[in-house]
Amino acid sequence: MRKYTHILLGAALLVFALAPVLIHRAPYESTMGLVQKIFYFHLPGALMMLFIALFAGVMSGIFLFTKKPWADHYALAAAEQVVLFGAMTLVTGPLWARKAWGVWWEWDARLTSSLLLWMIFIAYLLLRRFGGPGSDKLGAGMALFALANVPFIYVSVNYWRTLHPKTTVVPNLVPPMAGPMWWAFAGFVLMSLVLFALRVQQEEQRARVEALYLAADEG
Amino acid sequence: MRIIRTVTLALSLCLALPALVGASQPPPPQPAQEEFVPLDQLPPEAELPAAPMVIAAYVFVWAAFVVYIFSIAKRLKRLETDLRTLEQGRRG
Repeated sequence: MRKYTHILLGAALLVFALAPVLIHRAPYESTMGLVQKIFYFHLPGALMMLFIALFAGVMSGIFLFTKKPWADHYALAAAEQVVLFGAMTLVTGPLWARKAWGVWWEWDARLTSSLLLWMIFIAYLLLRRFGGPGSDKLGAGMALFALANVPFIYVSVNYWRTLHPKTTVVPNLVPPMAGPMWWAFAGFVLMSLVLFALRVQQEEQRARVEALYLAADEG
Repeated sequence: MRIIRTVTLALSLCLALPALVGASQPPPPQPAQEEFVPLDQLPPEAELPAAPMVIAAYVFVWAAFVVYIFSIAKRLKRLETDLRTLEQGRRG
């Protein structure tokens, strides 16, 4: 496990080191110019947030129905990453919007539901940290609720009129722009896998320490 | 003591009065904007610079990764301390 983590970390660092070069070489978007370069980190961050929220929801469902501790460890590790990538999306988006739209924030369906998803996972982590016994099951229910929000976030831009671009933008990207975007996405995926492996390992150790404390108290 | 309080209140009111009067007056008339100015024809001083936004976005992404990695490292250290305490307790 540790060996693979090192390989993944090396690959992630390599991808991240090359990403700025590729992004710099990518052509300027005709109307937005330089500020559109935020896209190369904003979109991968948003995609990661959605995929990992789906994963956290599925793992929480497995935990609720099978009571397997590993599923809970996976869900908790994933929930932290939803908050991490969500923060990236919700900060880089307004920085881009201020220049491109003239406003920092717009209370449209896409932005509001993304903020809601992020806040649900913040609440999930607070619950897991301070909720005490039983918070794992309650948290799993919350993650399932968040899971239901994910498809809504994705399709919302196609159904409600908004300043945010539609989902058709990515499939229609020209290759010189699509290349750096998918490259940055690969970097995010690799980094996410490394952090996930470390966090799951840590959570397993924490569970072991807790069991030892309980055994020491009973003995 | 009461006199000092009354004088302070009176002074504060006197100082705040011009501001209150100024606020209640209507703003001076602005020259009418008769024509729409396309974004690419704006004078450079009226345009919002893009570079600080791009730099801020990239710095935030990197900072978020670094902070998260540090938080994992801190939690791992705490776990190791707990394990050491448990081992010492067993020996003791």
